[in-house]
This record gives sequence, structure tokens and C-alpha cells, in this order.
Amino acid sequence: MNVGVKQACRVVTAYRGHLLSLTTSTRSAGTMSTAEKQPGPVESVIREKLSQHFQPSHLDVINESYMHCVPPGSETHFKVVVVSDKFDNEAIIKRHRMVNGVLQEELEGPVHALSIMAKTPKQWEDSGGKVSKSPACRGGMGQ
Amino acid sequence: MSQLFLTTARLLRTQGRRSAFLRALSSEAADTGSREHIDGLVKKDKVVVFMKGVPEQPMCGFSNAVVQIFRMHGVDNYSAYNVLEDENLRQGIKDYSSWPTIPQVFLSGEFVGGCDILLQMHQNGDLVEELQKVGIRSALLDKQPDSDKDKQ
Repeated sequence: MNVGVKQACRVVTAYRGHLLSLTTSTRSAGTMSTAEKQPGPVESVIREKLSQHFQPSHLDVINESYMHCVPPGSETHFKVVVVSDKFDNEAIIKRHRMVNGVLQEELEGPVHALSIMAKTPKQWEDSGGKVSKSPACRGGMGQ
Repeated sequence: MSQLFLTTARLLRTQGRRSAFLRALSSEAADTGSREHIDGLVKKDKVVVFMKGVPEQPMCGFSNAVVQIFRMHGVDNYSAYNVLEDENLRQGIKDYSSWPTIPQVFLSGEFVGGCDILLQMHQNGDLVEELQKVGIRSALLDKQPDSDKDKQ
């Protein structure tokens, strides 16, 4: 990819991240009550499907699209944290396949990247509920 | 006049169909997305990575993470295939491993997983073992005794 485009992309991403941190801090100050961010339709579907299928004791669906070179408000990059006893005795690759399977339609459609944390309630407790950070975008969204 | 137009239109249509047919033929001849082709790729080397970009310049944070993890283990001479350069391969590898995302890592022809899984294997020590199984000594093993010595 053209280096110039890539750099521009990084700047935009950083700027967007900056904007986001601004809104977050404003919101926490309690001055932006009317502009609460609603989950998008794709995020809602992901949440619904994972809840239904895994009956998780803990579930996070995080839209990380803002970290990537896509238009604001996109629903292309997600991280999901699923804590469920359905993962008991299943190898990690199988757990990921289970999650991918439930979200097959979304992955074939609008969702471009899906980061998965699939843990049993015991593992989740042992880890202290820590969610690892996603890597930064490197501009190769393309096509 | 209208007759001429119709004939031209028909001719163009046939032409279009023929070139589509030829395209299909030629893409089949070098189908980089076929099961056989990918099977050959993943079995050719001990460590094979399908990624966005190249190890020197990954084009995606997840692909970059895989490159960095292997670098930490001193694994440099793996085969990396850039799916951004080949749409057939990009779809083909997803079908091959029934895995919807890139990057994808293979050890001795066996699918290991994507970035999340490799990272977890790195963190819990499984990756050192898996590398050992395919005859690669992780560079992290050589660093371990040093840190143990420090503690004593």
C-alpha cells in the first residue's frame, strides 16, 4: 500500500481515538447525557446470538472499529469476551470454532475482524477478569 | 440500422461470454485458492503463516502480532503468504481451514489458529512445546537459564 495513504490512515485513526477519549471524559463529567452511544445493529445481533448460544456468565461485545481505518460508526472490527461453562474441557481452537460458528453469518457479511476470548468461569475468575488489549491497526484494511 | 445494432449487441454478448469462459479456464489452471494448492503450501514448511502484508511490513495489527511472537521465539525462516495480493488465496485459505479470519498459522501442516490463539500459546508456554514438536528450538529457552541464574 501507498505509504502516504497508510500514514494518513494512522493519523485519522489516532485523531478518532483522541476524539473518543474526549467524548468519554466529557461523558464521565456528566455533561453529555443526551449523546449516549447506542450499540449498532450488528453489535446487538452479536450480543444476542452469543447470549442465546452460550448462556455466558460474562459477555463483552466491544466494537473496536474506531481503532481501524474505517468510517466513523462502522461495525467491522469486534472483540468478544465470552465466559461460559460450555467451554469446559474444550481446547482453545475448538472454543474459537464454536464462537466463529455462531457468528458465521456476521463474519461472512459485515464483520471483518473478530478477536475472541473464550474462557470457562473458573479461568475467568483465575485471570481476574483481565481483557487483553487489541493490536493497533496497520492500515491494511483494503478490499 | 436496428438490425445492425442487434447483431453488434449479440456479437458483444458472445465475446463477453467467451472471455469469461477463457478467464475461468486460466484461473483454474493456476488456482491458488484450491485445496490441493494450499495443502501443498502448508505442508511444504514447518511454519507457515497466511497474513496481510509481509513479515517486514505487516498490514494488519493481528498479522503483525503473529510476526512479533515468532520473532521473540527466534523463528525467522518461516513461509509467509500475503493474502492481500491474491484474492483466491485469501478465500481459499479460509475455506481450507474453516476459519473465517486472517492471520492463520500452520505448524507442520497442521492448523494452529489465528492471532488470539498464538498469543495465548505464547503466554502459557505451549508455543515453545509446539515448536519443539516440529523440531524448532525456541530462542526463549536459551534466555530462561539466564534469568534463573539472576534469581539465585
